[in-house]
Amino acid sequence: MDLFMPVFIAVVIAFGFIKKVPLFDAFADGAKEGIFTLLKIAPTLVGLIVAVNMLKASGVTDALCTAVQPLAEKLGFPKEIVPMVLLRPISGGGSTALLTGIYRDYGPDSFAGRVASVLAGSTETTFYAITVYFGSVNIKKIRHTLVSALSADFTAAVMAVLTVRMMF
Amino acid sequence: MLNYIFGGIILLSVIVGIAFGNGSAVADGIIKGAEESVRLLTTMAGMMLLWSGVMEIASKGGFTRIIGRALSPFLRKLFRKAGNDEKALSAISMNVSANLLGLGNAATPFGIRAMNELHRLSGNSGTASEDMIIFVVMNTASIQLMPTMVGTLRQSYGSETPFDILPCVWISSAAALFVGLTLAKALMRKG
Repeated sequence: MDLFMPVFIAVVIAFGFIKKVPLFDAFADGAKEGIFTLLKIAPTLVGLIVAVNMLKASGVTDALCTAVQPLAEKLGFPKEIVPMVLLRPISGGGSTALLTGIYRDYGPDSFAGRVASVLAGSTETTFYAITVYFGSVNIKKIRHTLVSALSADFTAAVMAVLTVRMMF
Repeated sequence: MLNYIFGGIILLSVIVGIAFGNGSAVADGIIKGAEESVRLLTTMAGMMLLWSGVMEIASKGGFTRIIGRALSPFLRKLFRKAGNDEKALSAISMNVSANLLGLGNAATPFGIRAMNELHRLSGNSGTASEDMIIFVVMNTASIQLMPTMVGTLRQSYGSETPFDILPCVWISSAAALFVGLTLAKALMRKG
């Protein structure tokens, strides 16, 4: 799997060659976009990582984890992930902050680290997407959108645990 | 929303921290958090720029259009009204393809365009149409071939093989998408 990155890049480059894309210009353009993305997330990340660090230091996260531990254990769910599952649909930045906290405390290649990664990769900030898309056409009655979307998020959380347990 | 989360977390942490006698740990957390966030940004900067550049090559070469064409039979079936409307269908497929490539910034404008087309098809009503619900649910269950952000973050924290979780991500998001869409369709039939 460690060959994935170089091979993926090579495929894209070969594809660009065939399609006569000005490779380096396109690359530089895209990388420039990357700077803007980075700058755009910087303030959010600083604010939220500080907030999450405070939350952890205060003992609130531990208390929450202990409270849900019996239920989480019964479901075979790593309790370290629970705060992230709860925050994921609401705040992208907040859940990224929790994700980095899990990487730091347990390591990115630990069970908890892998499950959290899969969760982050296979879900979106549900409330944000709903607000932006329905807001753009000024629709207030969203019917069963939220139920369906949250059930998808829940499925992703369960599947993250199952797939990581199966493959690692 | 974020205002309440941000404010709530900070107030809760300070109050609970002091009440539990973890006040100095909270103070420490503030300093460490600010430090850590900037360190994180600098470690991920290189990979982030690299991936954005690589993905731009894919997108300039027409990767999005190719994926869009491959998806169109599936999308035609999924969207009852928009399936027969070229304008709506093309906006939807651009949005889905951009999402697949992990180009979140490009996906949103296409998505808003798609919503406007779907709104037109629903006769500009103030209630969400079937197609809109399907479309938004599809967007909330992220379908990404290449979750570059997660890979970059894992690498920043010293992962040996940051992309080894890819099969798990694909399976999980496919399952999430399936459940979300099935439920949306089922609830539609009911009411």
